[in-house]
Amino acid sequence: MPAFWHWFITVGTILFTIWCIWLISWSAKQGPHNIADDEVVGHKWDGDLEEWNNPAPRWWLYFYFGTIVWAIGYMIAYPGLGNWDGLLGWSQLGQYEEEMQDAADRYEPIYARFAAMGFAELKQDPDALQLGASLYASYCTTCHGSDARGATGYPNLADKDWLWGGTELAITTSIRQGRNGIMPVLAPALGGDAGVNNMVAYVRSLGGLAEADADAMSAQPMFVALCSACHNADGTGNPLFGAPDLTDEIWLHGSSEAAVHATIVQGRTSLMPAHGELLGENRSKILAAYVASLSAK
Amino acid sequence: MRHETIEKRLNVMMVLIVVAISIGGLVELVPLMFSADATEPDENILPYSALRLAGRDVYISEGCYNCHSQMIRPFRSETERYGPYTTAGETVYDRPFQFGSKRTGPDLARVGGRYSDAWQRLHLMDPRALVPESNMPAYKWLAEKMVDPELTTSKMRTLKFLGHPYSDEEIAAAAAAVTGKTEMDALIAYLQELGTNRRNRR
Repeated sequence: MPAFWHWFITVGTILFTIWCIWLISWSAKQGPHNIADDEVVGHKWDGDLEEWNNPAPRWWLYFYFGTIVWAIGYMIAYPGLGNWDGLLGWSQLGQYEEEMQDAADRYEPIYARFAAMGFAELKQDPDALQLGASLYASYCTTCHGSDARGATGYPNLADKDWLWGGTELAITTSIRQGRNGIMPVLAPALGGDAGVNNMVAYVRSLGGLAEADADAMSAQPMFVALCSACHNADGTGNPLFGAPDLTDEIWLHGSSEAAVHATIVQGRTSLMPAHGELLGENRSKILAAYVASLSAK
Repeated sequence: MRHETIEKRLNVMMVLIVVAISIGGLVELVPLMFSADATEPDENILPYSALRLAGRDVYISEGCYNCHSQMIRPFRSETERYGPYTTAGETVYDRPFQFGSKRTGPDLARVGGRYSDAWQRLHLMDPRALVPESNMPAYKWLAEKMVDPELTTSKMRTLKFLGHPYSDEEIAAAAAAVTGKTEMDALIAYLQELGTNRRNRR
């Protein structure tokens, strides 16, 4: 802080404090001896209720002096007067750093133990899983739900199905780097409403939701041409692209005709944000182990 | 001198009251107005783009600040959950700042990029579709109200007058940037940027 503002604050505060002391002392001198017994200020209520010109009670004045003494002590002990650091050496940043250091001393040994453990071991360790559950509650519940069963468009983590793979590497990568699953808009390539409807029927027939009739089967060549690059020719999907298996009973964006129709006509963008920077390597691994343990149940 | 000298003269009393209550402001607020910590932007802090500026005003007009703060205090319990504590230098382009004073919902100072755009959209349309225990109201009308390009342009001009470093090109491009955008688009653009221009998030 420049010297000018240091003195501006210091002198302003000290002068104001002195002025407060003077004001209260002066006011205290206006004792009862100055006031005639019959002196009233001239206000009258309810006919006989009059305001007398009495000084403030002593205890009230002492209370004022008490606050001034407190303020002086505070200004000496704590930073407040410009560049004065205070005798206690307290600072907001110092308090924060101390708190962080205390936490590091307390938690680092715990994390060090987990860092030395393998993924399979972490999945079995009750302490690691408890920690993982806390991390899950902080970072994951808003999308994947507090029961980890997800929501439409947000994968269920508690089942055994994995869009991007369920290995240690796959889960840790999903957490640290995020994932971006893109289903392009494919309606224009399908040649109008009839083509889209046939494709909806074919895709639903893969999952056993619709009859594989002639209309549905007419879309098969188109499926192989357009969809197989991500979903495979047999519709079983590809975890490298996060492309869902269309033959199972799990439908990320809904299995109704309308939902599948919307997926083909509007496309879908599923973004899992990267959490590596927020969590760091070690906590990402613990969280991944917890998530993996959910589907082992 | 007796206390009536002051108390029975309203003009004198008013002047003295103003002097007395000004002292605190003079020694606590005025020095900060001249302190680089509070008036200079931190590294990487830039004024809001046109769409985000419009979104910020949606944030204010919908009263988001009533339930969401944008100030992470320097306590471990806060920085662990939300990210690095807030500095004065990152809010210099906020007029007024959105520190807030109440957290019915979480702090939003570093919410940018924590969720996808699609999540934010669905969450604003129907919060309980994603967070069943949420008590946040739905803001469906934002998807129908359009951002006013002229208003956005004139807001940027005003802010430039107040010292925000907008270039003439940015102001000229502002109308095109918000044309056809809903208030929902603008609000999401604003939210998705919050806290992301700090170098480290941890």
